[in-house]
Amino acid sequence: MKRVLIAGATSAIAHAAARRFAGEGATLMLAARDPDRLAANAADLCVLGAARVETFVIDFDETPRQAELLAAAEADFGGLDLILVAWGVLPDQAACEGSVALTLAAWQTNATATIAFLTRAAMLLERQRQGTLAVISSVAGDRGRRDNYVYGAAKAAIDAFLQGLRARLHGAGVRVITIKPGPTDTPMTAHRRKGPLFVSAERAGDLVYRAAIGSREVVYAPAWWRPIMLAIRLIPEGLMKRLNLSA
Amino acid sequence: MSRYESWGRYPRAQQRRVLPAFWRGDPPALDPADAPYLPYGLGRSYGDCCLNADGTLIDARPLSRFIAFDAQAGRLTCEAGVSLAEILNLIVPRGWFPPVTPGTKFITVGGAIANDVHGKNHHRAGTFGRYVRRFELLRSDGRRLLCSPDENAELYAATIGGLGLTGLILWAELELKPIPGPQIELEAVRCRSLAEFVDRSLESDASDEYTAGWIDGLSRGGRLGRGVLLRGNHARGDGRWRGVKPSPLRLPFDAPGFALNPLGVEAFNALYYRVQQRKERRALAGYGAFFYPLDVVHNWNRAYGRRGFLQWQCVVPHDDGARAASAILERLGATRRAWFVVGKVFGDLPSPGMLSFPRPGLTLAIDLPNDGPRVFEALDAVDRIVLEVGGALYPAKDARMAPATFRAGFPRWREFARQIDPAFSSSLWRRLTHDEAPA
Ligand SMILES: Cc1cc2nc3c(=O)[nH]c(=O)nc-3n(C[C@H](O)[C@H](O)[C@H](O)COP(=O)(O)OP(=O)(O)OC[C@H]3O[C@@H](n4cnc5c(N)ncnc54)[C@H](O)[C@@H]3O)c2cc1C
Ligand SMILES: NC(=O)c1ccc[n+]([C@@H]2O[C@H](COP(=O)([O-])OP(=O)(O)OC[C@H]3O[C@@H](n4cnc5c(N)ncnc54)[C@H](OP(=O)(O)O)[C@@H]3O)[C@@H](O)[C@H]2O)c1
Repeated sequence: MKRVLIAGATSAIAHAAARRFAGEGATLMLAARDPDRLAANAADLCVLGAARVETFVIDFDETPRQAELLAAAEADFGGLDLILVAWGVLPDQAACEGSVALTLAAWQTNATATIAFLTRAAMLLERQRQGTLAVISSVAGDRGRRDNYVYGAAKAAIDAFLQGLRARLHGAGVRVITIKPGPTDTPMTAHRRKGPLFVSAERAGDLVYRAAIGSREVVYAPAWWRPIMLAIRLIPEGLMKRLNLSA
Repeated sequence: MSRYESWGRYPRAQQRRVLPAFWRGDPPALDPADAPYLPYGLGRSYGDCCLNADGTLIDARPLSRFIAFDAQAGRLTCEAGVSLAEILNLIVPRGWFPPVTPGTKFITVGGAIANDVHGKNHHRAGTFGRYVRRFELLRSDGRRLLCSPDENAELYAATIGGLGLTGLILWAELELKPIPGPQIELEAVRCRSLAEFVDRSLESDASDEYTAGWIDGLSRGGRLGRGVLLRGNHARGDGRWRGVKPSPLRLPFDAPGFALNPLGVEAFNALYYRVQQRKERRALAGYGAFFYPLDVVHNWNRAYGRRGFLQWQCVVPHDDGARAASAILERLGATRRAWFVVGKVFGDLPSPGMLSFPRPGLTLAIDLPNDGPRVFEALDAVDRIVLEVGGALYPAKDARMAPATFRAGFPRWREFARQIDPAFSSSLWRRLTHDEAPA
């Protein structure tokens, strides 16, 4: 991958993946909302061998700015080989249960803003007639669960949206990859107890990198989540509502 | 929270909280309610200097970004959680090397500074701290202080070898050393006693950048202190060793079991035996096999089981014909537990650190399984030998020395204590100072 745009580049998982691209001498556009963090990640990627690193400050919730980002990346690099979508928030499920505003704010970031961006990214790649769209979803989107369904529902929306995009862009030579990490040790989960199913951000980032350059359409990270989630999807709803599954 | 243990897995400590540090520009706020705080790197310290029972550990490992690398001048700036392994991957292909490296690459820059680590080239290079040009230190009051020999000089000197007690190092600027290639030309020299080990080391100091060796901790009587000195230099690209093409000596210490003591004994004997065969004395090794033989086995420390193990490292004068060191070996040998001993003759290059451990003399590092009071009694006995000859014990390896032993070995400890951050402490520090309020 030569020209890579990372939407949500201050994510720990995305940055770990970016380090792999930098090591190959890629050209990178990093987009996220905090300029200091962007600068810190950009310097790291430069040291690691990126041919060129640009940064773009954006709050993805402000959807009109997304068009500016894509236009800037296209103009600066003369096209894009990979767009990696990584931003997201893990809302406080309990707080959301008592607040429409919190529920919709999380929905805005994880679903609405993401779908807006995917729509624009798809137009760009379709026009280019080449490139890859890799999106970090989550195992949480595979089944609504008691303790994180606000988050999981948004990821499920993204998954379905990507399924459609994949079918549509296939003819244009554009690849669409859905990446579903399991619990990962990042700032997003800093407050959580780390059970044995957690993996490091480096490991997850490495798997994201490999997924983005690989040929699988839907990638679980790590792969052992695929059978686990298959089993969880098969649990009848009547039983599921009494289980309290958490990782 | 079992992730946060020390390498010897003794003692154990239950921390109240773990606070990860993710961004150097936006470090965590240190709420007084969660004090005392202690930074944690990769937990490669053996005893309790990286533990903080009932306190909060600040996990510095996510601070793992590079900041700048000047491949012309050999200067690297990076966050404090960056590991030596990551640094090596970056710099070795570009012809640079850390001026000082310990025997594992799975340590962080912050940990290397806080223990002011030393390597096989101490006689030439001194300690890690000599190559730390400056760093940024986060104090619990939220101040971020740039520390160098010219700026906040006292904190700079206190933080190098400061056991993590002066604050959280956020990033550091390091000097590197140019190397001709990634390999090491090495020679193994058989030594019949500790005195011979010292003599051969001193005589190699002029010719060899790296000198250190293995000493047989079990042999007694006439064989007491026999060992093998390894000496080496960075090989030029053509890999020729002083004009001679080296024979392919398979280093026994690249075998996984070398560290695991019963096997280690065999490996030692194998090496000792091989060294007697003249033609197999010289070898060319990758830098990994030479510097980090144990790193090929992750978690080898767990082989000691749940009770963990102790490492005991001292430095004692050797101008008495290595008498003190021999007495130590004799006493520990009697436990039949000191299977393996690493030795090195330190040079006299000073460190900027107030509490730095290395000083001229012979250092011995000895692994002992934690199998009960006998081992502790033996260590108390050898502590007394160290004290008598004016030596010191390495806090990075310590889990049990007495406060008085520490204070005798580190006379500047009071001056150091004034630089400690009021909200920082560690299990080690409480153990070593509980009997006396620092003035
Ligand atoms: C196989 C092996 C071989 C070794 N060989 C040698 C050797 O040859 N020479 C030698 O000197 N040592 C040696 N050591 C010991 C090791 O190098 C030191 O203990 C080193 O400090 C460990 O670094 P760490 O990152 O794991 O730090 P930790 O063990 O996690 O912490 C060590 C100390 O550093 C402090 N610290 C960590 N990060 C920061 C930070 N960001 N800011 C402030 N303080 C911080 C901690 O509070 C603690 O006091 C060896 C260890 C092993 C396991
Ligand atoms: N960690 C897990 O267990 C896990 C599991 C499955 C899936 N995932 C998914 O993996 C992706 C990456 O998360 P992570 O684990 O790497 O966590 P992370 O380090 O916290 O990254 C999340 C990133 O999203 C950014 N972000 C949030 N809202 C934004 C907005 N409106 N505009 C711009 N940026 C915004 C955050 O920026 P700031 O730095 O400015 O806050 C942060 O950098 C997310 O999509 C997450 O849902 C994570």
